[in-house]
Amino acid sequence: MMLEMTQKEEKFIIPIGPQHPALKEPGHFEFAVDGELVTDATVRLGYVHRGIEKGAEARNWNQNLYLVERICGICSHIHAFTYARGVERLAEVEVPPRAQAIRVLVAELERIHSHMLWFGVAAHEAGFDTLFMFSWRDRETIMDILEGLTGNRVNYSANVLGGVKFDVTDEHRKTILEAVDFMEKRTKHYLNVVTTDAMFLQRTRGIGVANLQQAHRLGILGPTARASGVKRDVRVDAPYSAYKQFPIKMVVETAGDLEARFVVRLKELFESYRLIREILNNMPEGDLQVKRFPRRIKPGEVISRVEAPRGEVFYYIRSNGGEMPERLKVRTPTMMNMASVLAMAVGHQLADMPMLLVGIDPCFSCNDRGVAICNSKGDHDQWTWERLRQHGIDFYAEKV
Amino acid sequence: MNITQEWNDILDKVKTWARVNSPWLIHYNSGSCNGCDIEILATLTPRYDAERLGVKLQGSPRHADVLVCTGPVTMQSRDRLQRIYDQMPDPKFVVAVGSCAISGGAFQGCYNVIGHIDEVIPVDAYIPGCPPRPEAIIDGLVKLLTAIKTGAPIQTEKPEELLDVV
Repeated sequence: MMLEMTQKEEKFIIPIGPQHPALKEPGHFEFAVDGELVTDATVRLGYVHRGIEKGAEARNWNQNLYLVERICGICSHIHAFTYARGVERLAEVEVPPRAQAIRVLVAELERIHSHMLWFGVAAHEAGFDTLFMFSWRDRETIMDILEGLTGNRVNYSANVLGGVKFDVTDEHRKTILEAVDFMEKRTKHYLNVVTTDAMFLQRTRGIGVANLQQAHRLGILGPTARASGVKRDVRVDAPYSAYKQFPIKMVVETAGDLEARFVVRLKELFESYRLIREILNNMPEGDLQVKRFPRRIKPGEVISRVEAPRGEVFYYIRSNGGEMPERLKVRTPTMMNMASVLAMAVGHQLADMPMLLVGIDPCFSCNDRGVAICNSKGDHDQWTWERLRQHGIDFYAEKV
Repeated sequence: MNITQEWNDILDKVKTWARVNSPWLIHYNSGSCNGCDIEILATLTPRYDAERLGVKLQGSPRHADVLVCTGPVTMQSRDRLQRIYDQMPDPKFVVAVGSCAISGGAFQGCYNVIGHIDEVIPVDAYIPGCPPRPEAIIDGLVKLLTAIKTGAPIQTEKPEELLDVV
């Protein structure tokens, strides 16, 4: 009785990580719980704040291409792509069509590797480690292609201001098409797994539902929003670069739960496969780079938007006529989606929290293995991410 | 006395044997771009399969033998890095993965970046690359394990050319 009283009067808070190495922006989550139900959630971000925007003001236009690529190691090409597109528009330089097609080709390959990576991580959080290992094994196919094309497995450095660095040869074309066929077969299998496996559906179906109104209100982006029925995709709404010649079909689901998020991402992969084939079969001829790109860029400001695997990446670039940008503002989709996790968490089981978090694809770097000892103020127990994940798995294992 | 000495020797041998054959890793991202982190993870997945060396990534610093660090050290994560290091039981080893962990890499001079890992904690092995390939990570780990086994100095020294970059 006494215990009940204190639990009702005081919130029982479970802190997860102060450092959550699973996320790109490792955050300190605090879930207030009533029994097993989460009643409130807060997050503290900024552990990986490095000061890139300010740092960009001290580097010249070309050096920044290298820096923005390292904002995120998973969608590195997208960041460089967005930046290069913005700067090229500021300089009023037209990029050759072949270069644009190659940029989009790499962007789609990156989307495949990113979604496969996310898929494995999400399966791991659900306790489905076999699926994690399978999807990461298949992902290596795409990593091989990216390495063959660009020379590096992760930060490809495909872009230069005014074009791309490498060409796609017939040999590349053959290997890419073979790999895409293989991946398509595998993705079909995975789509089948996530929509039919009873154990998996128990963790995803009807969980973390964000309906259309909520999605609009919270400003959710990318596949997470499209799983809630929001028709928003920069590739379709404002086709850029080679997406004008090679249009893409938007994948939208209406359920808004975790299952829909899995389905949207996997179905997007089929669109990516189709687009890659189309680009490779209709590759425009021409140069890879413009002849000359100015070292100083005339004063002005520009906005550049690109659809990253996780949603819309937004860059604002201002030049004062010098060799360096005067201001570079970056907005990434994870930051926007983070608020949705906090809103969706309320009313759910504590055991659902790991799946809810990965549901937005919060730019996972490494797989959890959370470090999580923070200062022990207060008498509540500290939970590691690993413990929370295990709790989720055990909770649902008992229910079966 | 001699018996105790012999007993200790045997115990040491057993300890080293256990240490070399099942190094438990803890991974800490102190401001990295994720590039190194996914490569570390790829090292553990079927293609490269570092688990055949007995490597296991796990969550708590108190169970870990080797701290794998990625990324430059940011202001916010410095205390955390220090604390994780302090919480690990002796003997502990630190591996710095990637250019940023070695020298600050692309983020040198950014206002929130303190610098490299060995400004905060002592580092035993360096694995350069941006990001290093999984093969390189395995190579670094094997060198570390060999050094633990033989008691010889660790062969992966800090690349000289990276020291002078400012």
